[in-house]
Amino acid sequence: MLRVENLTVKFPSRFGDVTAVEDMVMSIDVGEIHGLVGESGAGKSTVGAAIIGLLQKPGYVADGDMMLGDTDLRRLDRFEAHALRGKRISMIFQDPQTSLNPLMRIEDQLIETILAHEDISVADARTRAVDLLDEMGIENAAARMQSYPHQFSGGMRQRVVIALALCTNPELIIADEPTTALDVAVQSQVLDLIRRLADVRKVGFMLITHDIGVIAQIADTVTVMRHGKMIENGPTAQVLGQPKEDYTKQLMAAVPPLDRKIARFKVPDEDGIITPSEARGNAAEAWLMRGIKEDPIGLTLDQVNVAFPGVRTSLWKKPDPYVALRDISFDVKPGTVVGIVGESGSGKSTLAKTLTGLIKPVSGTMTMGGAPLPGGRERARNHPSRQLIQMVFQDPFSSLNSRHRIGAILAEPLWLYGLETDKDARRKLCIDMLSLVGMPPEAIDKYPHQFSGGQRQRIAVARALLARPKVLICDEPTSALDVSIQAQLLNLLKGLQAAFGLTVVFISHNLSVVRQMADDVVVLRNGKIREVGASETVYTTPTADYTKRLLALTPVMPAAWRA
Amino acid sequence: MVYFIAKRLIQSVFVMLAVAFLAFSLFRFVGDPITQMTGVETSVADQERLREDLGLNDPFVYQFARFTGDMLQGDFGFSYRTRQPVAEMIATRIPATLELGIVALLISLFVGIPAGVYTALRPRGVATQAILMLTLVGVSIPTFVIGIMLIFFFGVQLGWLPTFGRGGTVHLGGWETSFLTVDGWRALILPAITLGVYQLTLTMRLVRAEMMEVMQSDYIRFATARGVPMGRLYFKHALANTMVPVITIIGLQFGGVIAFSIVTESVFQWPGMGLLFLESIRFVDIPVMGVYLVVIAFFFVLVNLIVDLLYVVIDPRLRIRDVS
Repeated sequence: MLRVENLTVKFPSRFGDVTAVEDMVMSIDVGEIHGLVGESGAGKSTVGAAIIGLLQKPGYVADGDMMLGDTDLRRLDRFEAHALRGKRISMIFQDPQTSLNPLMRIEDQLIETILAHEDISVADARTRAVDLLDEMGIENAAARMQSYPHQFSGGMRQRVVIALALCTNPELIIADEPTTALDVAVQSQVLDLIRRLADVRKVGFMLITHDIGVIAQIADTVTVMRHGKMIENGPTAQVLGQPKEDYTKQLMAAVPPLDRKIARFKVPDEDGIITPSEARGNAAEAWLMRGIKEDPIGLTLDQVNVAFPGVRTSLWKKPDPYVALRDISFDVKPGTVVGIVGESGSGKSTLAKTLTGLIKPVSGTMTMGGAPLPGGRERARNHPSRQLIQMVFQDPFSSLNSRHRIGAILAEPLWLYGLETDKDARRKLCIDMLSLVGMPPEAIDKYPHQFSGGQRQRIAVARALLARPKVLICDEPTSALDVSIQAQLLNLLKGLQAAFGLTVVFISHNLSVVRQMADDVVVLRNGKIREVGASETVYTTPTADYTKRLLALTPVMPAAWRA
Repeated sequence: MVYFIAKRLIQSVFVMLAVAFLAFSLFRFVGDPITQMTGVETSVADQERLREDLGLNDPFVYQFARFTGDMLQGDFGFSYRTRQPVAEMIATRIPATLELGIVALLISLFVGIPAGVYTALRPRGVATQAILMLTLVGVSIPTFVIGIMLIFFFGVQLGWLPTFGRGGTVHLGGWETSFLTVDGWRALILPAITLGVYQLTLTMRLVRAEMMEVMQSDYIRFATARGVPMGRLYFKHALANTMVPVITIIGLQFGGVIAFSIVTESVFQWPGMGLLFLESIRFVDIPVMGVYLVVIAFFFVLVNLIVDLLYVVIDPRLRIRDVS
């Protein structure tokens, strides 16, 4: 149905044209789900945008053929192309939070789309919209349709988005990371829906994603892309099960498995990451060892409750507080890694903030190494834990000050905690530490924006280590990264943890990643602990229903496909 | 919703009290009111009697309370210069300034928003570059120069439009309007353009910047991908989202237009509050200045309250959060 041959997309720039996609070949049949995998910058989304004719300016299709049925997509003029969008090809975006117009009712957005392509009455359009929402699994659709997008939850919103993409019965839907922003439970529902639409309605899907688990679960065929080029394509089982190309093999090796813990990932080489030069890395290691010569420290939480004031809606009534964490009790044993898993809104990040003293619990006690750990502002600015507990944040793009050089960012903990008073010694130590985390010495005089996400996350780890911490709190440290880079960072964290006996609290929504890191696991849901236990026990024989469900719903590759 | 409005109203009361306090301090402490009211020939005894009669010897808080209370009852005191009640003087001037301000605002909206949309949708067009340059010139030249230039061309050289005053006006109840006669409109055009130019430029640039950002958003891309007709895409989806932040600034600016119409009014000898204020300054007519301050502050507060309510009308997210 869709046939793409030798597609080449270029972006003109001051230094000549940049080729974003080169010689891309793919075809999608009626009712087929075709996966497009690759890491960020591979050109996956550009292929999708080129097919639907929405390339970001000034990009243009330089060469190749794109045929949808008998229609040559490259020969359409502006108006024909726009008439075709929605009618024959439609699109689903990554984030359902931002892909609906916040100021319009769902109903108006649906009816408007139907009327744009079909000559039917408003009443008929409304009937079809209701039926469609019904089919998407939205209960009481006729009434719910009157609501605005923000009144739906994330999963429901993505259903609305799919209904919008589907309301004119297109032949092809380009789904650009449709489940990346969703929790596993919702993700599995949305994936089921997509599978059903392909089977029943015979819609062809182009499923763009970086999540190989998702592809493995529902795609019929798959294309692997890298640097704008097609690496390998074919039926999913064949490409992922018996990969021919090295890159596909490396990619598969970097995917963390859910069913077992592997000591170290085999990773493809990343540009700009160096193996630590022995001498420099050792210097930083020695410095860290000197600080951590005493025993590692553990944390305990006992009946910790965190609540936020609710939104005030009345002059007279005091609003009910929103309870973010309820009766949280668990131990982090010295020198171990505790994984915290849960879906969005489960209170994972609140827990991290509470431990670091950014939020004050309303009740309960926390201790560090036996000594009480005050919460929030009660923890003095110069409290020892402010140095001993360090944090690595999720988003490497906003957690480093973009106007400071790496040198200044790294030196801050050194002078702030009075660890190194001499300026030159600080600089040398920063360079050593960079080398320990696999960054070249030149990095010290650059700015954060000059690095990729993975490199920035390494810098963030180096910054945390330069405070000579005993406890490292990692809040989704890899969720913004590609799998191969995630694998590298996990290797790095594992290595550092083992070498320095760091106590690590590792927070993630990704169960496979946590399995690779954690000795013990805490499963959170809606601010409550559902299950605590040794990682192996929880993953192999979960007791809580919620944990069982999470494990069952996480998309995984068949074990046979793994080398 | 009710809570939201109530909160805003309470805040407004405090703003007004603060301004009233300033106005009162101006009246009470900038020079001695008695010496300004009386001439050199008034005896000291008479002055003291007057001081006692006017309550100027009472405690400060008591005086302020009385000042505020009088204001609330519409008693704004008397002008030093004309010996008329200030309330009356302001009341005769308010229509002129308000009409001028409203017409200036409408000009800026009806020209500024379409121009902003156009320049956002064709960022590289020749017309866009021309409009941007022209408006840059518009903001760079001070208001009074624009006024004088307009007078020179349209008033003196071409002789099309009057150069000063309000032209023909009609009394409607207590309101003197120039909207009902051709002469009134002719006299209104030049000052309104002069006053509106700055706001027009600001509106246009703001709409342009916001619109360009909105056009990049996911929901616009999604709407394009569903083939929503371009007209609806631009004017229903994009423009509504553009207006949410723009309205705040327009509201704040309208307060400013009313407050700072002084320059325009003096260039065109427009008999509004601004001109009255200038005359009062010349004669150190402190009661009028104080009341002017309070009236202008009242406009600011009122306009901002309206803007807040408009916000709620446009953006369902604010409405619903309040209900749930």
